[in-house]
Amino acid sequence: MFNITHISFWIVFAALLFFTRKQRILWPLLALALLLLFNDIFTPGFFNLELREGHLYGTLIDILKHGGIVMLVSLGMTLVIATGGVDLSVGAVMAVAGAVLAQAAINHQSPFVAMIFALLVSLVLGAWNGLLVAGIGIQPIVATLILMVAGRGVAQLITEGQILNFTDATLVYIANGYLLGMPFTCTLVLVLLAVTYALTRGTALGLFIESVGDNDIASRYAGVNSRFVKFIAYVFAGFCAGLAGLVAASNIKSADANHAGLYAELDAILAVVIGGTALTGGRFYLLGSIVGALLIQTLTTTMYARNVSADIAPVPKALVVIAVCLLQSDKARRYFTRLFPRRNPPAAMTETLTAAAPKVEAGS
Amino acid sequence: MSDSLLEVRGLSKSFPGVRALQGVDFTVRRGEIHALMGENGAGKSTLIKVMTGVYERDAGTTRLDAKEIFPRSPREAEACGISTVYQEVNLIPHLSVAENICLGRQPTAFGKIRWGAIMQRATQALARLDLDIDPSRQLSACSIAIQQMVALARAMDVSAKLLILDEPTSSLDERECEELFKVIRKLRDEGMGIVFVTHFMDQVYAVTNRITVLRNGQLVGEYLTSELPRLELVARMIGKDAKEVAAMESQQPGMRSVRDEKPFLEVRNFGRKGSIAPLDLSIRPGEVVGLAGLLGSGRTETARIIFGVDKPDCGEMFLDGERVSISSPRAAIRRRIAFTAEDRKIDGIIPNLSIRENIVLALQASRGTWSKLSRAKQDELADKFIKALRIKTPGPEQLIKNLSGGNQQKVLLGRWLATEPRLIILDEPTRGIDVGAKAEIEKLITDLRRDGLAILFISSELEEVVRTSQRVVILRDRKKVGELAGDAISEHAIMNQIAAPTAESKAVVDV
Repeated sequence: MFNITHISFWIVFAALLFFTRKQRILWPLLALALLLLFNDIFTPGFFNLELREGHLYGTLIDILKHGGIVMLVSLGMTLVIATGGVDLSVGAVMAVAGAVLAQAAINHQSPFVAMIFALLVSLVLGAWNGLLVAGIGIQPIVATLILMVAGRGVAQLITEGQILNFTDATLVYIANGYLLGMPFTCTLVLVLLAVTYALTRGTALGLFIESVGDNDIASRYAGVNSRFVKFIAYVFAGFCAGLAGLVAASNIKSADANHAGLYAELDAILAVVIGGTALTGGRFYLLGSIVGALLIQTLTTTMYARNVSADIAPVPKALVVIAVCLLQSDKARRYFTRLFPRRNPPAAMTETLTAAAPKVEAGS
Repeated sequence: MSDSLLEVRGLSKSFPGVRALQGVDFTVRRGEIHALMGENGAGKSTLIKVMTGVYERDAGTTRLDAKEIFPRSPREAEACGISTVYQEVNLIPHLSVAENICLGRQPTAFGKIRWGAIMQRATQALARLDLDIDPSRQLSACSIAIQQMVALARAMDVSAKLLILDEPTSSLDERECEELFKVIRKLRDEGMGIVFVTHFMDQVYAVTNRITVLRNGQLVGEYLTSELPRLELVARMIGKDAKEVAAMESQQPGMRSVRDEKPFLEVRNFGRKGSIAPLDLSIRPGEVVGLAGLLGSGRTETARIIFGVDKPDCGEMFLDGERVSISSPRAAIRRRIAFTAEDRKIDGIIPNLSIRENIVLALQASRGTWSKLSRAKQDELADKFIKALRIKTPGPEQLIKNLSGGNQQKVLLGRWLATEPRLIILDEPTRGIDVGAKAEIEKLITDLRRDGLAILFISSELEEVVRTSQRVVILRDRKKVGELAGDAISEHAIMNQIAAPTAESKAVVDV
């Protein structure tokens, strides 16, 4: 287990922690590092990587692959939460997108046309949410609850109550294919991350989202078109959910209106919060949400790997989530540092924590 | 002092960061109507809320009928004999008048409501106030004034000794006010103690016997209404000596010359029901127009309808002689109007964003989402305004919430100046900031005026208005009551206009 890739992995991770030591993303990264370290020590074979037919296999790759869905959803969710809202309907939108995809594929549409249909429908669903929240002014939690409940019904209508199977190679490739040795979902996540980044930071949208989420009234007084900003966020969240719906359907080669994307909204919200974006809105952290999604998937995979029964798994998951959230809260950190008085001045705290990371190699 | 009904002594109450009341004494006697006066934030509502058990006091005593009381909830206060009628009617619109009067204390028999008894009690309560209202009528079908009377009847249904009226007249017209006054005079004559809170000075002189003035959470004094001229009352409320103000009249700076230019902004018969009566107002480029009046006199409301936050329901607005209608702040900004709002924290700063982001926000918003200001341009703007406005900060990436109030205000000014406005509306730009920063902002206003900006300047500090304005518009009770220009501007003249009774209200006064 002391191979080169293994050691270099930890060196890279330690460097990552060091360079982010003054940033908010440190805390989810640190939690991820601790979780991986735990597995490295106690879960045999967790870090094993294999190259078969030019494709990488292993538990770490599985985490990237299966975490893709939450990562995609959480990117859109990040923007919605940053405006001070929330989108509960993303799971249902995933189901609808999968249903549209499968129905189109079965009706002999080309795979690309099927995908475009599915994504267009999710854009429309996102626009519906945006209209309710930004246009009519319904509270986000209530507005998106409507589609959360109704969306699965719509998906059932589209699939006519059946589980629709498809075999098209292109559609199966989305979740099961490999590109450059890595699962194709990784590429998808990277592309969407780049698109989201360009959309928010390449334009003024990111500034407007943050200002609307931080202080809606003051933003409107400054001339920000708060409704438009919110509308865009919900449309984009719909798009992200649609993309995740394609991956979810492709994964099982079928559209399951009842189970596709079930509880995806909760995982996505969690990933966003772990990533450092406050539920009250304001500053958002796209990379933080990605790390948050990775953390959640690593946790889930850890549970499987350690044979924790699926019924009990939410309990340790909840404990880790609480720990991460506490770690992020300045107040809680101050409280803990007061509990354990240290010799170093408190300013050196982040330094000490990151300094602990290199020790990881010694432990493995 | 055997006739004193309520004695509050040394009452203090703090909220995080604010000392709302500091050692306040307050006495209400039997058979008097006692006005509680002070500007917003003076502590009137805190005092009332402590007396009625909404808040718990930090220190002090309250005695009612020489018995110490300590109400912990409005219900307990009611049981002690303190009843309150609030500004907004706190009744249930779709229940009947009778049900509202007896709500929460319905007479029952074996757990069943005795409807007959409710009607009887309601009829009695209404009769006591000489009100001719059908108790079975649904409350929402009654006018606001009648609803107010029902609230009063409800307050009287319990055996109240002390009645507190918290701005009961703000939604009533003159005739309805008279109805209300008739009722409360009757209650006074029956020996009840009545506390009356209002912003309307005419009403204070119409019905009250005594006045207690609060300022900044402290007691200024207690006066007989008949012995306290209006001018004195205003002076007490804003913390000035009337004679001192009169004496300051002579020393005027000589920068009153008004250029004979066409106004940039002109509004005619411009108003909104419930916030400001229709008024005329014009501002020329290179002119500071002061908007003076007590808090709650309609100053902010005027600014809000000009900036498009609230929609006017009458009148016309002209910019550069062209008739326009401004429906939102965004539309106003497009017309190059800027507005720094009164409450910096709520309407101004984006607390968790940096100084740079706060400065570029309005300019970026006017450019739209897709044409982003480059980072270099943003840095340049931030640096420019940090230097020009002398914002004290370690750097442009500091979060604005970490700055002092004065520096936050400067950042907000920077935000607007970056949009190169032609009219800037400053609503209390110097509130809550230290003296040094105040002077800087005042100087800045003068500089901007010289650069040809039109400025509407709202301030509670009259000497500021006098120092900086070329013209002053005076508001009272949400009406424009006067305008002063050039050398006629003085604190004394402004105060006289704020305090002067209006012609029609003189006719109503009949204490």
